[in-house]
Amino acid sequence: MQKLADLKVGIKGEMCMISDPELEQKLLEMGCTPGEKIQLIRKAPFGGPIAILVSSYILSIRKDDAEKIAIKLVKNE
Amino acid sequence: MSRMKVKIALAGNPNSGKTTLFNALTGLKQKVGNYPGITVEKKVGKAKFPKEIDAEIIDLPGTYSLFPKSMDEKVAQQILCNDEDVDYPDVTVVIADATNLRRSIFLLTQVIDLKMNVVLALNMVDIATKKGVIVNVDLLSKELGIQVVAINARKRKGIEILREAIINAVYKKPIKPFLSVRKLFKTVIERVNEIRGKENDYASFLALCKQEISGESLNRCAINQLCKANDLIPERVQAKETVKRYKEIDEIMHLCVKKGRPTGKYQLTKSIDDILIHPIFGYVVFLSILFAIFQAVFAWSEYPMDLIDGLFVQLQTFTSNSLPEGLLNDLVVNGILAGLGGIVIFVPQIAFLFAFIAFLEDTGYMARVSFITDKLLRGVGLNGRSIIPLLSGAGCAIPAIMSARTISSWKERLITIMVTPLMSCSARLPVYTLIIGLIIPAEEFMGFNLQGLVLMAFYLIGFVAAISIAFLMKFIIISSERSYYIMEMPSYKIPDWKTVMYTIVEKVKVFLFDAGKIIIAISIVLWVLSSFAPGNKFEKIEEKWAGKVDAEMHIAAEKLEASYAGMIGKTIEPAIKPLGFDWKIGISLITSFAAREVFVGTMSTIYSVGDENIQSIQERMKSVKNQETGEAFFTPAVGISLMLFYAFAMQCMGTVAIVYRETGHWKWPAIQFLYMGALAYLSSFIAYQLLS
Repeated sequence: MQKLADLKVGIKGEMCMISDPELEQKLLEMGCTPGEKIQLIRKAPFGGPIAILVSSYILSIRKDDAEKIAIKLVKNE
Repeated sequence: MSRMKVKIALAGNPNSGKTTLFNALTGLKQKVGNYPGITVEKKVGKAKFPKEIDAEIIDLPGTYSLFPKSMDEKVAQQILCNDEDVDYPDVTVVIADATNLRRSIFLLTQVIDLKMNVVLALNMVDIATKKGVIVNVDLLSKELGIQVVAINARKRKGIEILREAIINAVYKKPIKPFLSVRKLFKTVIERVNEIRGKENDYASFLALCKQEISGESLNRCAINQLCKANDLIPERVQAKETVKRYKEIDEIMHLCVKKGRPTGKYQLTKSIDDILIHPIFGYVVFLSILFAIFQAVFAWSEYPMDLIDGLFVQLQTFTSNSLPEGLLNDLVVNGILAGLGGIVIFVPQIAFLFAFIAFLEDTGYMARVSFITDKLLRGVGLNGRSIIPLLSGAGCAIPAIMSARTISSWKERLITIMVTPLMSCSARLPVYTLIIGLIIPAEEFMGFNLQGLVLMAFYLIGFVAAISIAFLMKFIIISSERSYYIMEMPSYKIPDWKTVMYTIVEKVKVFLFDAGKIIIAISIVLWVLSSFAPGNKFEKIEEKWAGKVDAEMHIAAEKLEASYAGMIGKTIEPAIKPLGFDWKIGISLITSFAAREVFVGTMSTIYSVGDENIQSIQERMKSVKNQETGEAFFTPAVGISLMLFYAFAMQCMGTVAIVYRETGHWKWPAIQFLYMGALAYLSSFIAYQLLS
């Protein structure tokens, strides 16, 4: 288990848990459901938002919020 | 023969091609209005259907679900949930992007569960196929229990079949809910139905999740008690349902969608993003694009503007010669035509500016700009999403302020609304263009058009002011609400030219007709004020100069000074003298409080009144002399001071009205009006005193 915010660009993982109920609701409806595969694809400069690939689209969220998202790493195929 | 009336609502995620489909279904037969009571822009169109059907389509704001996170999403939810709403549709068309199906279907299934007549318009199936995502449309239709039509909105493909499907859907409700909330939460849903007095399981489920249902005053107390009695926490209820819904969707996706390798589309987007979101190049590119836009707006508009200018001069000469001499002739030529010419001339610049903004939004670039600016904007109390209102503010503050509705935090939205009018809108463009043409030589500076550079500097000043004021407000406005930035970054695409064209036509129309009406009215009032004087002052002036050298010129000048307009200008002159303005500019400042672009019309009216020759406005203003020094009146100091005043002052009734409606309180437009006025006066004062 790792925090989404700590991942390096290119790393793939699986959504595990979002420790903040308000954030969780918002991300769930965007398709970030438990077990869903994601990939960190970009970090904005100067500690800005991060972008993840989820259900074949790119979603950007703030780094602070990514701190609250637990990820299970999956091996690159 | 009575025609069948059908109301159609178009719903879908942002970036799903919704607006393109709307344009495809309606053509140019559309109008923009407001939903009753609220100001969300409501786009309604007449759809082209067989003659016996009178079909009206509403383009709902883009939304990801029926759990609204922002104001515009709430509008979509309210219309879909309230079967007594005037806009409640007979058929809802949900548009989904086939390359992004999983998330799009989430909204669709929620709409199905509201027991609505639904058609799924599956956009870009052909492109998805090319990218290795193969969707079995027939199977999808069977699994969902609704009609699914493969379309390509841009290429206008499948639109005919979609029309047929819409007609078929009028009497065809989905057979069963996609996900039975009744099964999931047992008797609780039934109880909420009873509390609401309405039988709609999914609407009741939304009410259970703390959502408001428009047109109903929910008995919150009863619902809260119900939750307590059943040991339910609304947030958990919603999360559980969402997860379950996605599980069901994933099963259908597994059946109906075959996926190849990561798509080429994503790869292309990735390579473009490598540059556009680069820590250094990203910002360089962004600034360069802005720079290029302003250079282009200035350079490309020059030719059409000269053309329009020449046309109006000819029109004025022609009218002046063909109408009998007298008051009517004077009113038409120097009042109405002069004012009108001052407006029409700026249509090319406004069209180009809106074309660029629409283009940037349509390509998906705006989402990137907000991605790389969120950190900076957040530091000053704004949000990455604020960049869209701010940049659109360079076009017009009114739609820009409305676009701030996508910002979910009230504080960030409010600050965005408060500072957006500082961005230099297209109404300032005429003022800037006119004055820059007067005081800045048309030379090249380091290979760039110098006038274009100065223009850009003024846009920059507006932006810097907006950021600084936002930063101050961050500390003044207190809010405990959390701020979010959850945003989709759409794949890059070549913009749909027709959609861009519609946007331009729409904006130019608003500028010409809405602003034009005010301008014509003010031009006439102004002409009256400057053509008449109390008592017999005009006669006295004519007597005084009768038979003397240069009489015509002196009579004209003294008449204007003696007129009602002159009196008003003179009254405020002491207050604006420290800014370098005389009573003639004073008149323009007063008329400009309705709308800034009136300045140009006023200037042309003031300077053409009593003038024998019809010249273009700039020529006229250039020849104006300072009565004290005898040199040109419009010195750089006066010009800069005047432009700064227009950059900061809140001279737009439309914006005041929209801020009131968007914030729901007079307090905010009042504060905005005062702070912007103070800023304008102070900066003009300092600039003039330093430069002169």
